[in-house]
Amino acid sequence: MTASTLDTLAPGACARVTGFAAGDSRLTDRLLELGFDEGAEVEALHRAPLGDPIAVRVDGSVVALRRALARIVLLADAR
Amino acid sequence: MNVETPVADQPQARASSVGEPRLPFIAVVGHPNAGKTSLFNALSGARQKVGNYPGVTVERKSAEIGLPGGGRAELVDLPGCYGLEPRSPDEAVTRDTLLGLMPGERRPDAVLIVADATNLAAHLRFALDVLRLGIPAVMALNRMDMAARDGLRLDSMALAQRLGIPVVETVAVRRRGLAELLQALEPLLALPTPAPLPFAPADTRAIGREARNVAKAVTLAEGQGRRSSRRLDSLLLHPLAGPLILAAILFLMFQAVFSWAEAPMGWIEAAIGWAQLQVMAVLPEGVLRSFLNDGILAGVGAVVVFLPQILILFAFILALEGSGYMVRAAFLMDRLMASVGLNGAAFIPLLSSFACAIPGIMATRSIAEERDRLTTILIAPLMTCSARLPVYAVIIAAFIPNRAVWGPVGLQGLVLFLLYIAGIVGAMLAALVLRRTVTRGPAPTFLMEMPAYQLPSLRDVAVGLWLRATAFLKRAGTIIMGVTIVLWALASFPAAPADADRPAIEYSIAGRIGSAIEPIFRPIGFNHEIAMSLLPAMAAREVAVAALATIYALDADDENTDGLVERLQGSWPLPTALAFLAWFVFAPQCLSTLAVVRRETGGWKWPAFLFGYLTALAYVAAGLTFHIATALL
Repeated sequence: MTASTLDTLAPGACARVTGFAAGDSRLTDRLLELGFDEGAEVEALHRAPLGDPIAVRVDGSVVALRRALARIVLLADAR
Repeated sequence: MNVETPVADQPQARASSVGEPRLPFIAVVGHPNAGKTSLFNALSGARQKVGNYPGVTVERKSAEIGLPGGGRAELVDLPGCYGLEPRSPDEAVTRDTLLGLMPGERRPDAVLIVADATNLAAHLRFALDVLRLGIPAVMALNRMDMAARDGLRLDSMALAQRLGIPVVETVAVRRRGLAELLQALEPLLALPTPAPLPFAPADTRAIGREARNVAKAVTLAEGQGRRSSRRLDSLLLHPLAGPLILAAILFLMFQAVFSWAEAPMGWIEAAIGWAQLQVMAVLPEGVLRSFLNDGILAGVGAVVVFLPQILILFAFILALEGSGYMVRAAFLMDRLMASVGLNGAAFIPLLSSFACAIPGIMATRSIAEERDRLTTILIAPLMTCSARLPVYAVIIAAFIPNRAVWGPVGLQGLVLFLLYIAGIVGAMLAALVLRRTVTRGPAPTFLMEMPAYQLPSLRDVAVGLWLRATAFLKRAGTIIMGVTIVLWALASFPAAPADADRPAIEYSIAGRIGSAIEPIFRPIGFNHEIAMSLLPAMAAREVAVAALATIYALDADDENTDGLVERLQGSWPLPTALAFLAWFVFAPQCLSTLAVVRRETGGWKWPAFLFGYLTALAYVAAGLTFHIATALL
């Protein structure tokens, strides 16, 4: 069981959201609105040229976000 | 000049349905990518009214529709959003309308919630949030065809039971399920509107859990989860292939904008020329003839001539939006935009500005963050719009030798390319500075759902084109017409004396203003004739060419610019010509753009700032060009 953050998840890898790093609660709310709640399964899909932003599958959606924002999403290995 | 006519301008008593025979009001809501606009288009066709909400630059799209039982209703397409906690002026309109707090707007009698069947859990979250408000609702479970293609099967009856509202399966782009949808909506309108429930921000986590549970319970078969979209993305978002494909699409788009539009633009110019000949045949030489030909007809022509380019550009943009590719383009470009403090969403408005800054500035409405949007508006005029091309073409033809530099690359083409690059680099530097000064704010972020790919529907493109073309003609048209008429008057009065030995324009108000500002422009190498042409060119940059022709006492209506090219070669030193080009890269030589900026920013502050900073930039750039060129050559 290793803990990490969403911005470092390698494309193709899956993980589970465990929570959010302390920070702006409005950003947390926006991520929650798009499905990044605790327990959600995420899969890193793509990195834009130069490595930022990234595209992530969360449940059935594909969400694009900057790595600075992805950094506040805490992950644990899926299963 | 007040040109807008917002339809929602009249303050109305809110939500009091007593005594006023008004059409029932249905609000269409959903995620930005739920297919909401397609469904709205399918239900209303081109009978849409587009206005503005008072006080904010958010479009209000509405249509009167017939119901199967013979009744009628007003359908309003509310801006898409991910939740009821607004993060942009658009989303605030949706929230306030649903809560009955929107000034000048009634509280909806019913809501039509559009959800993407291929992404149910995410869209249910928003639906559950809306249902808490207690407004009678129907859900359109959209994109059922794509769900079926991926092997995803949903039990819409069970979903209706869980949500307690009718759920209708639809395919908006194929017009499937529309009749059932209206049938489900009609009985809701007969119900008395319930008192609004007190609104408290949702517990986002609880709603998320519930949405996921409901989605799981009504999913009969998981399917392969957008398999085809994932395959396409692995190509179109590939770190190497992705940008190349984007570049190819953009190249095709520009090619289309400039080459396909050439013929229709020629026809429009010919038609205007023909009309001017008719006027000349009927009316004697005089003020009325000049007003009709050089004021009205030239004004109409200046507007309509850009329509082919704008329509082609928008057809591409609408098709790319409808297919789901636009979000991907923003994704690919975001890093580059971020390096100057912008957002990937600014990419499309800036792209549109290469045809004309006006539709580009109108397209910034899709940018959520206000500071991002303002920065994008302020740099949009630096993109080389097509009105600069005639100016560049004449100067390049006159002063840049037509010789090959390397293989098929000619020096003239290279200079034109450099002028485009100068505009882009200037815009990027301006954004960098603006974000650190006047539009400083929280670092922009980028967070967007990427919808599944789909074939764009022809009807959506057609309806979108119709709406944008009429909006352009109405907004830009009235402004450009007005400006042309005012500038015509300035350039025509007072008339030249009978024994005039100089061109008539020299005696007019415009000519006197030109002479008055001449000393300001001397230090950057501009001569008397250039100073005279700058004021008329405020109508549109390409007018500078006609103005110079008039000032050099040539026949301005002559299609052939060879005469002007020869005159310029003989009378301008090369550094002056280069400074003139540099001026046009940056100068805010377009009153219509300034008027649209006033409209979009709600005051004169930002257009005044835009004018000031671009003029300063143009002056410095032209001055530097002149002095460096003088020293080197």
